[in-house]
Amino acid sequence: MADTIVQVHDVSKSYHRDSIEIPVLQNITLDVPEGEFLALMGPSGSGKTTLLNLIAGIDRPNNGSINVAGTNIVQLGESALAQWRSRHVGFVFQFYNLMPVLTAFENVELPLLLTHLSKKERKEHVETALNVVGLADRIHHYPKQLSGGQEQRVAIARAIVTDPTIIVADEPTGDLDKKSADEILLLMERLNGEFKKTIVMVTHDPRAAERAHKTQHLEKGELIQ
Amino acid sequence: MKFFKLIAKNLLRHKLRTSLTMLGLAVAILAFGLLRTVVTAWYAGVDASASNRLISRDAVSFIFPLPYSYRDQIAKVPGVSEVSFATWFQGTYVDNRPEHFFPRMAVDAETIFDLYPEFLLPHDQLEAFKRERNSCVIGEKIAKEFNFKIGDIITIQGDIFPGTWQFVIRGIYKPKDKTVDPTQMFFHWTYLDEKLKQDSPFRAGNVGWYIIRIDNPEDAPAVSEAVDRMFENSPAKTKTETEKAFQQSFVSLSSAIITSLEIVSYVIIGIILLVLANTIIMSARERIREYAVLKTLGFTSKHIFILVAGEALFISIIGGAIGVAFTFPVVAGFGAAFPTFFPVFNIANSTLALAAVFSIIIGAVASIFPAIRSANIKIVDGLRQIG
Repeated sequence: MADTIVQVHDVSKSYHRDSIEIPVLQNITLDVPEGEFLALMGPSGSGKTTLLNLIAGIDRPNNGSINVAGTNIVQLGESALAQWRSRHVGFVFQFYNLMPVLTAFENVELPLLLTHLSKKERKEHVETALNVVGLADRIHHYPKQLSGGQEQRVAIARAIVTDPTIIVADEPTGDLDKKSADEILLLMERLNGEFKKTIVMVTHDPRAAERAHKTQHLEKGELIQ
Repeated sequence: MKFFKLIAKNLLRHKLRTSLTMLGLAVAILAFGLLRTVVTAWYAGVDASASNRLISRDAVSFIFPLPYSYRDQIAKVPGVSEVSFATWFQGTYVDNRPEHFFPRMAVDAETIFDLYPEFLLPHDQLEAFKRERNSCVIGEKIAKEFNFKIGDIITIQGDIFPGTWQFVIRGIYKPKDKTVDPTQMFFHWTYLDEKLKQDSPFRAGNVGWYIIRIDNPEDAPAVSEAVDRMFENSPAKTKTETEKAFQQSFVSLSSAIITSLEIVSYVIIGIILLVLANTIIMSARERIREYAVLKTLGFTSKHIFILVAGEALFISIIGGAIGVAFTFPVVAGFGAAFPTFFPVFNIANSTLALAAVFSIIIGAVASIFPAIRSANIKIVDGLRQIG
């Protein structure tokens, strides 16, 4: 039995729009074992992206606790949480979110700028990550010179370059054609299978969810077993 | 330094916008430097004043002369080491156009260069000047401007002292440093006085003002008071003050213009600050989503602040440096275009320091609001922004 790497316990989250409180998540409890490939599914507004954001430490719950890789991230201050994210989380977005003024190499290097690695070491790490995603030949290309699938692969290289504990992916294939989506899912399967990365992925796409080991459904802010 | 490349690449994102902002800043700093130099030039006489020289003039107005006989009495005042004198001659060289104007003064040839060691005149030229009654000494800038050489004759048409006056150039002085006026002309007061004795005897025997060298600058108030007290009951009362105060009184006549120039120079800085702030605000607003992504990767609020502020500082420092660099040739050209209007027209170190400091302040102040705003953006809010 693998250790639990993500423990979400009794977490609720609501947003305020003007004076109206909009509940998004209600009393969510979820455990993710180390090495898991978990898909979170649900209709729009069900709270799956909010749950992903909470696990990734980019949003805070109203109550409950979230323990990731042995750290109760709810208790961390802003600066400590940023440092924690840089060490433990690799984030993959639906729309890639690469810096348009930076090359593939420079985009992947970004998280490493926060480490104490030398320039040479950073170069080695970046080249390794780009090799893993199969883009060693596009190293000096800018995002606008890449296809959507290639951009997403650069984003994945950026997510794995620091060797994070967990990879969170928010609709990673949502903006891609079927062929590119398959390539990305294959890559994620490889990251999970070959590199033992724990992955939590939000998706609308049942075919994408099929690639995960486990699928959890959310509806109206609650997990459905 | 790790973020320098990111700052530089962000600056190149909108090359035209960045270039125009830098150019605007360069022009503003150049205009600031030029205006400050004009103001400094106005104060050149004040700045060049010696602390051990006093000026004694008529108490009512500078335009009234003082008797030549005062000289020996002033020399006897305790603390006075030497006395010289001068008379404003004015006159017209060639015509009344400003470019033909330069200060012309009748002086005591024996002592004037002792009192003003900042006018560097070779010994043989000084001796030749002293020997020849109708000779004169001119500044090197005047010599260069009008192509005068030693031995040439300058003809001046008198106005305050009517007649046609001819002077033989026997010396060309060099200024000791950049603060000294190199555009003056000095000739023998005795030459003037002799002509006055013939043509207007009632005007003879007078000088414009006395220049008094004192042993100890700290004695200036006491010596001034002693001199003025000596002539308290005379028909021509004196007003004695430090050379600096004397020069300051001329500058104060133009105080409204100088103050206006100073205000305009600071207004220019204020305007360009707003322009840069607008540019940085626009840039930061366009990149809110990117800053949110950087925060997701682990960048802290401090890092984001550095990125935004660094961009503004980069623009302001480069723009300021270009402005300062171009100030030198523009000031040189301005000085060459008006060589006698501003005899001392140099960029002061204080002007350069102010330009540099303002360049940095502009960048820092312009970036504060957008940098804080970007640094404090919540990741989830930033990610919702349309990129």
